[in-house]
Amino acid sequence: MVRSVTSFGRSGLSDWLVQRVSGVILLAYFLYIGAALIGGVDYLAWREMFASTGMRVFTLLALLSLAAHAWIGMWAVSTDYMTERLMGPKGNVLRIAFQIACSLVIFVYVIWGIQILWG
Amino acid sequence: MSGIRTISFDGVIVGGGGAGMRAALQLAQSGYKTAVISKVFPTRSHTVSAQGGITCAIASADPNDDWRWHMYDTVKGSDYIGDQDAIEYMCSVGPEAVFELEHMGLPFSRTEEGRIYQRPFGGQSKGPDNPTQAARTCAAADRTGHALLHTLYQGNMKNNTVFFNEWYATDIVKNQDGAVVGVIAICLETGETVYVKSKATVFATGGAGRIYASTTNAHINTGDGIGMALRAGFPVQDIEMWQFHPTGIHGAGTLVTEGCRGEGGYLINKDGERFMERYAPNAKDLAGRDVVARSMVLEIIEGRGCGPEGDHVYLKLDHLGEEVLESRLPGICELSRTFAHADPVKEPIPVVPTCHYMMGGIPTNVHGQALTVDADGNDQIIPGLYACGEVACVSVHGANRLGGNSLLDLVVFGRASGLYIESALRDGIEMRDASDSDIEQGMARLQKLNESSGGESVADLRKELQNTMQNHFGVFRNGEFMREGIKKLDDLRGRIENASLADKSMAFNTARIEALELHNLFEVAEATAITAEARDESRGAHAREDFQERDDENWLCHSMYYPGDKRVGKRAVNFEPKTVDTFQPKVRTY
Amino acid sequence: MLQVSIYRYNPETDSEPSMQDFQVDTGGKDLMVLDVLELIKTQDTTVGYRRSCREGVCGSDGLNMNGKNGLACITPLSEAVKDNKLVIRPLPGLPVIRDLVVDMSMFYAQYEKVQPYLQNDTPAPAIERLQSPEDREKLDGLYECILCACCSTACPSFWWNPDRFIGPSGLLQAYRFLADSRDTATDERLAKLDDPFSVFRCHGIQNCVNVCPKGLNPTRAIGHIRNMLLSRAT
Repeated sequence: MVRSVTSFGRSGLSDWLVQRVSGVILLAYFLYIGAALIGGVDYLAWREMFASTGMRVFTLLALLSLAAHAWIGMWAVSTDYMTERLMGPKGNVLRIAFQIACSLVIFVYVIWGIQILWG
Repeated sequence: MSGIRTISFDGVIVGGGGAGMRAALQLAQSGYKTAVISKVFPTRSHTVSAQGGITCAIASADPNDDWRWHMYDTVKGSDYIGDQDAIEYMCSVGPEAVFELEHMGLPFSRTEEGRIYQRPFGGQSKGPDNPTQAARTCAAADRTGHALLHTLYQGNMKNNTVFFNEWYATDIVKNQDGAVVGVIAICLETGETVYVKSKATVFATGGAGRIYASTTNAHINTGDGIGMALRAGFPVQDIEMWQFHPTGIHGAGTLVTEGCRGEGGYLINKDGERFMERYAPNAKDLAGRDVVARSMVLEIIEGRGCGPEGDHVYLKLDHLGEEVLESRLPGICELSRTFAHADPVKEPIPVVPTCHYMMGGIPTNVHGQALTVDADGNDQIIPGLYACGEVACVSVHGANRLGGNSLLDLVVFGRASGLYIESALRDGIEMRDASDSDIEQGMARLQKLNESSGGESVADLRKELQNTMQNHFGVFRNGEFMREGIKKLDDLRGRIENASLADKSMAFNTARIEALELHNLFEVAEATAITAEARDESRGAHAREDFQERDDENWLCHSMYYPGDKRVGKRAVNFEPKTVDTFQPKVRTY
Repeated sequence: MLQVSIYRYNPETDSEPSMQDFQVDTGGKDLMVLDVLELIKTQDTTVGYRRSCREGVCGSDGLNMNGKNGLACITPLSEAVKDNKLVIRPLPGLPVIRDLVVDMSMFYAQYEKVQPYLQNDTPAPAIERLQSPEDREKLDGLYECILCACCSTACPSFWWNPDRFIGPSGLLQAYRFLADSRDTATDERLAKLDDPFSVFRCHGIQNCVNVCPKGLNPTRAIGHIRNMLLSRAT
C-alpha cells in the first residue's frame, strides 16, 4: 500500500473511477455542443440554449468533471516525472509547486465558469 | 591473519535449487539462523527445468496405489545398487512431502475429482508381480520443476530465510579436527570474499552435466559441490553413473520430458518403426531410461537413424491431438518449435540421448549427513557436512534414476536434512572454530587464481574437457577407449589448474566464476573417468562393450572414489529396509 | 560476419557507459542471441551477462536486443537482427551493475510486496486441498511467469515509479494468488492494492504483453484485479 495525500480521492480505485466517469460526461457534453455547432447556431440561439437551467447544470457538471479529470491527470504526470528519484530533493519542491499551480488554475477556471453561467 | 570478513549462521545451505530451498525452509521454520548461498537468483536454478513431474504414490490416479510398488520400481530401476533403506524412506515419506508442497501452493494439474493429476512415467509398475503400467507422476502440466521451485522460493520468502543471491561458494573450510565449519564465498556484485561460518553446511549444489558436450543441463550445472568435496579430500560414490536422457532435442540438447511418452508419444526410427517394441516388449517406450537410451543409440549405429546424417530418431506426438498437447505438454510444444523448428502437433521431434543426471555424488545417510569410509570399511560421518539433491548420493537412484524421482529425492531429502539439523542444533553442536590457517587453506585456490598470469583460455579448455567426456565416457563405454580418455584428462589437469584469468576486476566478474567452475568440472570428470574404467561390468546407465553383463558377484556395491590417491574402493549397498522385505536382485527386463 | 554492438560499463574503470562493436562469425546459422554472446565471450572474457538454463525457463538472460526486451536464449537472430546489425543493451530502467547485468532488487522488492505465496487460514487436510480442473485452469497464463523482468522494464510506468508501481510482473503474480481457489486472503490482498500507485499506474500501454517471452498477458491480469477492486468497493 503506497500512501498518498495529494491524490484526488486518496484511493487508486476512486481516482480511476472518477477519471472514467468524468471522461464519459465530458465526451457527452462535447458531443452535445458539437452537434449544436454543426447544426449551426447564432448568438441568440446560443444564449437561449444556455438560458435553460438544465443546460447550465449540464455545463457545471462538465466543468467539475473537467476539473477532476485535469487534476487526476496532472497529478499523475507530476508524480511520474517530478520526483525525488529522478531529480533529487528539488523534484519534491518542483512537484508541490506544480501541483499548487495546477490546483489554483483549476480553481480559477471553476469559479470563472460558475460566474459565466450564473453571473 | 586471513583478513576477511566472517558471517555466522546456524545452518548454511549452498545452492538455491529445490533441495537447498526445501532444506532452508525446514530450518527457517524452526527459527534457526539460516542462510542460502546461491550463485544465481534461486528461481534460476536448474530445478526450474524439470518438466514431467514428481513421482509419488499419493493414490490419486489409482486409489489402491502403494508406496511399496514405487519402492520396488525404484530398486529395480537402480539395477539393485540403490540403498533400500533410503528408497524405503523416500517412497514412504514422499506423499507427506508432496502434500506439503500442495499446501504451500504448488499449482498441480487436477483430476475431475479435484485431486493431483498423475501421469504414467517410465519404469512404473503395480508391484513385483504386476507389470501393469502405473500412473504415479504428479504433474503441473509439463512445468512441474518451475512450479515447484517458485513455490519453494515463495515459502522461504514467507519464512524470512536469508538469501545470499549471486554469491558463489568456492571451497570448504575445515577445522583442525577435519570437521566442516563453513565455506569461502564470493559476492559477485562486489567481488568481496567472505568466510561463511556455520554449524551445519548443507551442499545442495546440483549436478554437473556440463562435463559433457551435449547435455540437457543448464550452464550453471558445474558440479561445484563435488569439486569442493573432492578438493577437501572427501570421497564420492557411484560417480561413474550418468544418466543419458533418451529425448534431448537433437542439436540443441534441451530436454523433452518423458511425460511425452507417458501421455502416449513414442519413438520411431527412419523406417517409421516403433522400435522400442523390439527392445522392451512389455513397457516399450516407458522402459527404464538407460534401456531406452541404449536402444536408440543401437538404432542409430545400425543405420536406422533419421535425418541426413542418420544421427537421431524421432519422437512422435502428433497422434495425441492438438488439445492434449496444448493442455498437457504446452512447454514441450514451445521448446520444440523454438529449438527443433518442429511443431509437435504436425511433425515428430528429432531427439537423441543426452547427458541429463548424475546418479552419483557425495555419499550420505537418510539424514543428509555426508559420509566417508574408514580404513576398516565402516561408514564415518563427516562432522558439519550435509548434502541433498543431485549432488548427494543417498543412494536412491543407484545405477539408473527413474523419471520423476529426482524431484521427489530433492524434496524428501532436503526436508530430511533440515529436520535432522534442526534436532542436532537443538541438542547443541560443538565444533572448534576455524583457525586463520584453516581459512587461508580454504582460500588458497581462489588466491592462486587471482594471482595467476598467462595460461590457456577457459572456454577452450572447457570445450576440450567436454569433448573428451562425450567421446570417451558416453552411453557405451569401452576399457581401452576410456583409458585413452583418462590419459587426455591427465594432460588437461595441469592446464586447467593454470587456466588464464585475464580479467581480475571485482564487480560481477563472470570470467572468474567460469574459471573456478572449470576446476570443479574437471574434478567431476576425472572422478567419473577413473571410476567408470574401474567398474568392469554393465549395470544401469553404465554400459561397457567389453563387459556386457552385470556382475553381481563383484559389483553389487557402490563404487567409492577417493581423491587423495585417486583410488576406487567399494561400499556395501543397503539391503535392509525397515518395514518391508528386501527386494532381491533379479534380471532386469521391461 | 554479424556486427554486434554491446553496452559496456565496468564501475571500476569506466566513468560512463559506452558501446563496443564485435564481429561475430555465425557460420551462416540462425543462432540464438545467447549463442552469439557466448561466442563474444570467447573473444573478450570481460563481457558480463547472466545466463543459466539456455532454454527460456529460468529467466536469467532478459536483455534489450535491437530495442526490444526478450530472453537472449530463445531469441533467434532471424527475429532480432536488422540489416546485419545487433545492438544488445541491458534491460532498461534498472541500475546497471556491469555491462549487461542490471540490479534487479527493485523488481524483486515489488514481487515480494504482493506476498506471492498461498495464504490459507483453514487447517490443511491430510491429503492435498482439492481444486477442480476449472479452478486450476484459472491459474494458467499466470503461474508460468519466470521473473525475467522483460515486461516490467518495458513499462514506462515502471520506469518512472519502480518503487511505487508494482509493475506488470508483480501484478501478474498478485492476480495468480487472487485467482487461486485455495487462497483465503483475497480481501487483505485487495486492500493492500487500492492506492493510486500499486495497480493504477498501469495505463494499459501493453508493452508488457508485447515483450513477454512466455506469451503471458499482464495487462489482462491487471484488468481482473481492477474489476475485483471495483466489485469489492462499490
